Amino acid sequence: MELNYMIFITPVLVMVSIAAALAGLLAFADKYIASYGECKIVINKGKELIVEGGNALLSYLVDNKIFIPSACGGKGTCGYCKLKVLEGGGPLLPTETPYLTKQEVLHSVRLACQVKIKRDVELAIPEDLLAAEQFKSVIEKIEDLTHDIKRFVFKLSGSSKINFKAGQYVQFCIPDTTEFRAYSIASDPGTKDRVELMVRLVPGGLCSTYMHEALEVGDEACLTGPYGEFFLQENSKKDIICVGGGCGMAPIKSIINHLFATNAAQNITYFFGARQKKDLFYTEELERFEKKHKNFEFVPALSEPAKEDEWTGEVGFITQVMQKHLKYNKNQEAYLCGPPPMIDAAIGILTSKGININDIYYDKF
Amino acid sequence: MNLFVIFFATLFTHNIALTYFLGMCPFISVSRSIKTALGMGLAVVFVMTVTAAINWPIYYKILVPLEVEFLYYVLFIITIAALVQFVEMVTERFLPVLQVTLGVFLPLITVNCAILGVSLFMVLRKYSYLESVVFAFGSGVGWTIAIIAMSGIRSKLLFADIPEALKGPGITMIIASIMALAFMGFAGMVGI
Ligand code: FES
Repeated sequence: MELNYMIFITPVLVMVSIAAALAGLLAFADKYIASYGECKIVINKGKELIVEGGNALLSYLVDNKIFIPSACGGKGTCGYCKLKVLEGGGPLLPTETPYLTKQEVLHSVRLACQVKIKRDVELAIPEDLLAAEQFKSVIEKIEDLTHDIKRFVFKLSGSSKINFKAGQYVQFCIPDTTEFRAYSIASDPGTKDRVELMVRLVPGGLCSTYMHEALEVGDEACLTGPYGEFFLQENSKKDIICVGGGCGMAPIKSIINHLFATNAAQNITYFFGARQKKDLFYTEELERFEKKHKNFEFVPALSEPAKEDEWTGEVGFITQVMQKHLKYNKNQEAYLCGPPPMIDAAIGILTSKGININDIYYDKF
Repeated sequence: MNLFVIFFATLFTHNIALTYFLGMCPFISVSRSIKTALGMGLAVVFVMTVTAAINWPIYYKILVPLEVEFLYYVLFIITIAALVQFVEMVTERFLPVLQVTLGVFLPLITVNCAILGVSLFMVLRKYSYLESVVFAFGSGVGWTIAIIAMSGIRSKLLFADIPEALKGPGITMIIASIMALAFMGFAGMVGI
């Protein structure tokens, strides 16, 4: 029987030619319709980037080593990549509205991963975000601080150095994903080749579980930062009140270490709230500080001390202890770090003690 | 066949979402607010109509004469994907207003089974060109009606006390099936 080759050839030809026609159409569109030519991105009225338009703003920024926080990797689901687009951003998109407050919309805040570059744009990015960099690092040390908090020390690779202010945070990138999580830096800003983080195991939390269970000494890790508006006001000479429980210890520890390293003279009081004795850590070290520096006072408080804790210190919520302990004094400033309800309650007490609301700095998490 | 009958049937008796349960993914995930549901619906109407209008000649003018009809699954998908891309680029460039309302939804529906479903039904039911376009347009409108109804119900649901295990997609699926039962009431009014 004679084989009819046409039954093989025709389908292939048809497929190929239709696919080619469509590909041609798209290539044409890509070249002539979707191309926006060279666009200029002006940042803070100074720095200029010249880019080939058509993509999302975030990708150009990353290409140019400007690391805007972006926990979802540009999918428009985390709302972290906010920045001000003063000009050329086009209309606000439905994908952005859920993440922006009315205030932010009025101040032309946009999500960098959603704004497409089609013409020259003008951006305002906070200086400290511009300072953020990406760091390769190796885990040098992991230790248990309490039953659910671990301390990680990252040694930055090569000769890279991180310049941060006491109180700021970095993002830890979970390998093989585009997920990031933010953790406050616990080390002293003077230590520039290492970053120390305190991570509490959040039940069901992707990143904390990964860090607690899978990370080992010697593993490589990628950090970006530093970020954050919460940091020590170095030029202020006011007395300082620090409040923070659990992992809130991290930025506060950095602040206190830095104050001592720079021989600060003002009075420093640190309120540390925990539930039971097993949630306390660094107590001895802080008590040692207390002996050495006359101007430092450490006030730990347990809200529900267990019998076997034999606790003789303060009992109650940290806010109650603050209420009892603090004196009316206008010339103080406060650094708070912890869960939102605690911070809100603490702010109420601090203002009632005469502290100006503008002198209260906090980081809610 | 009467064009009006086809249009009516696609809205009620043969609703693509509630009778055939096609296009469920956006139906469940984008039906949270009426505004986004409407945007999604319009995008579906648009893409369905355009793809059917292009797929019809591809089938009857190219595949049938060359006797390679079996290629239609693959080819329909390719044309749909390419077309959506193309339309997206065009709206983005020339119709920025439309882009704001429709644009974000376009890429979402490239791989929507309802879109492919409409093109396949058009072949199965041997519609003429005009019938195909009306059928596709009607199916899109029918899908839009369904998703808007769903988002209306879901906006009331915000205040309801729903068992933990059913929150989100769970309750939405149950509502969709009750709506489908209700739409069965239309059955038999017209046939296609
Ligand atoms: S990167 Fe997550 S919303 Fe933009």
